[in-house]
Amino acid sequence: MTWVNDVVQGILLGGYYGIIACGLALMFGVMRIINLAHGDIAVLGAYLMYLLLEHWNVSPFIALIPVLPVMLALGYVLQRLILQRSLRSGVLTPLLATFGVSIVIQNALEQGFGPDVQSLGGQTGSLVTAAWQINSQVSIAALSALIFGAAVVIYGALQFFLARTAAGRRMRAAAEDPDTAELVGIDSRAVYARATAIAVGIATIGGLALALRTTFSPYAGPDQLIFAFEAVVIGGLGASLWGALLGGIVLGVAQTVGAQINPEWSVLAGHIVFLVVLVSPRGGLLTLRSGGGGGARAALQRLRAS
Amino acid sequence: MEPQTDTRTGAAPEPAAALAAGQVSRWTRLSAGFTGGLGVVVLLLALVPVAMGATLVQDLTTLLILVLMATMWNALAGYGGLVSVGLQAYIGLGAYATVWFSLQGVDPYWGMVLATLFCAVVALPLSFLVLRFRGAQFAIGTWVVAEAIGIYVGLDNQLGAGTGISLVQLDSYATSTREHITYWLTLALTTFFSVIVFMLLRGRLGASLQAIRDDEQAAASVGVRVVSAKRILFILASAGCGAAGAMTAANILFVQPTAIFSVNYSAFMIFMVLVGGIGTFEGPIVGAVILYFIQQQFGNDGTWYLIGLGAVAILFAVFLPRGLWGLLEERTGLRFMPLGYRVRRRARELR
Repeated sequence: MTWVNDVVQGILLGGYYGIIACGLALMFGVMRIINLAHGDIAVLGAYLMYLLLEHWNVSPFIALIPVLPVMLALGYVLQRLILQRSLRSGVLTPLLATFGVSIVIQNALEQGFGPDVQSLGGQTGSLVTAAWQINSQVSIAALSALIFGAAVVIYGALQFFLARTAAGRRMRAAAEDPDTAELVGIDSRAVYARATAIAVGIATIGGLALALRTTFSPYAGPDQLIFAFEAVVIGGLGASLWGALLGGIVLGVAQTVGAQINPEWSVLAGHIVFLVVLVSPRGGLLTLRSGGGGGARAALQRLRAS
Repeated sequence: MEPQTDTRTGAAPEPAAALAAGQVSRWTRLSAGFTGGLGVVVLLLALVPVAMGATLVQDLTTLLILVLMATMWNALAGYGGLVSVGLQAYIGLGAYATVWFSLQGVDPYWGMVLATLFCAVVALPLSFLVLRFRGAQFAIGTWVVAEAIGIYVGLDNQLGAGTGISLVQLDSYATSTREHITYWLTLALTTFFSVIVFMLLRGRLGASLQAIRDDEQAAASVGVRVVSAKRILFILASAGCGAAGAMTAANILFVQPTAIFSVNYSAFMIFMVLVGGIGTFEGPIVGAVILYFIQQQFGNDGTWYLIGLGAVAILFAVFLPRGLWGLLEERTGLRFMPLGYRVRRRARELR
């Protein structure tokens, strides 16, 4: 019966992967960029909250309030200063640029905070230990449930934004065809910068979730990036916005069930599920194999307000 | 001095009339001299252990490994358009396969050659997996494969699990003999893979790859086998990185999973190629030399050194995406290696 608990814990863990994957999927859908610094940005957000909490004895959730706008601004600047310029020489140059950003963030964090692992879990009071005992096998930790709930809220809010607001419509238009969007007066560079800011903002919430549920260190970013990417691909590479959350859940279940078989297999099991989904004919749970990233744009298109 | 126009396959085509009037050639006096010069450099390098001290031999081994890695990453990214963050998979596999063959009683140096072949064999089935990815997805997809292989190797107790394993079998050689053979084998493998890249790019594959780079769908529509061209490059780069990994194991005599499968190798490869000049034959060599001297100078500074490498990589990606060698070729109009074709026109037809 323990596997029932593993699956439940895996689904809840999937909520965290969903949050981390959300910004990655958004940037890929809008700009066709994969931001290799995505995981490091989440960790940077966690460190900014850690820095605040060192001087200010409040809940980490309060610390998110001042950190979030800082990170949104950082995302905006990242797009305007680095990504937009490198986009001019093809989709592969931003990849190299973001890899450079990743290395700079990791080592700057180690320089500033040292290599020790940190956690914010201790500063949330009873939330970390609270749990609902469903039966003798299955219990749901309040923190895991909260993170999963946050994931659902983030995805719902993003869908509402893309489908129902004018700014969301502009974003879908720029994703679909930036040149044509320019013709009807949409400044695609501003839209891209806004998309990057949102992606970085969501990654910051992911960083808070990471810091609460476990520990983080300056070099924790690449792992988060890989999990996020696996979630996006398992979900069908932007075939639908919610696909990334579904992919995160599949990844989470694979890891918890894998860990049950052998604790050392946890991460490996996730990688293997990712590779198996990749070789499967459909290559992603929700993809209709419309060729590479075409699905991402089609998906943003399908979100058109009805 | 006759006016010359460069018509690397990627550049705009010359009018047919000019082509008919002109003389199409690969070799110029400069490129013949430069290619010959490189051959002489290789010969001189082969003589280093005879004439010079042990420190220089070891340093040059490190440098040659960097050249090999950069050349392989560039072959994949610069010519195939396949930016990978996962070639450390083959660096690690090459190193561990060397250890494994040595444990089976094979002479370690033959083990290194076998390990290189082993990496090519492993890359074949994996290519069917990762070549389903395009663009940025390929980069991170190969990274996941590298992580999975690294974890898997790290679970193998016979290979020392997470703590690593020494290549003790090399102790049967006297220290100076060992250093010399390691150096010569590194030189031989680096030269071999560079020549292979050079020959492939000059032949049919090179033309196919440039067509793919310019427009994949158009290339496919005129009969270029897009996937098989990419597969050849992927297997070549994997084998080359396997060789680099095997030589790294011989050079440092110890392998440990998290170190040898580290994504830092990708960081170094990207830095070398980006700074030297992506898509040029000479750029990665220049980049390797630059990285080598940076490592000698600042390698002990830890985080600041890596922050500097990352920042320089960002600057090159944003402001100078063609790298130093690309800049040199652009400014001077010279081509040092005869990879493309040039049209030599008679002056009077230029008007």
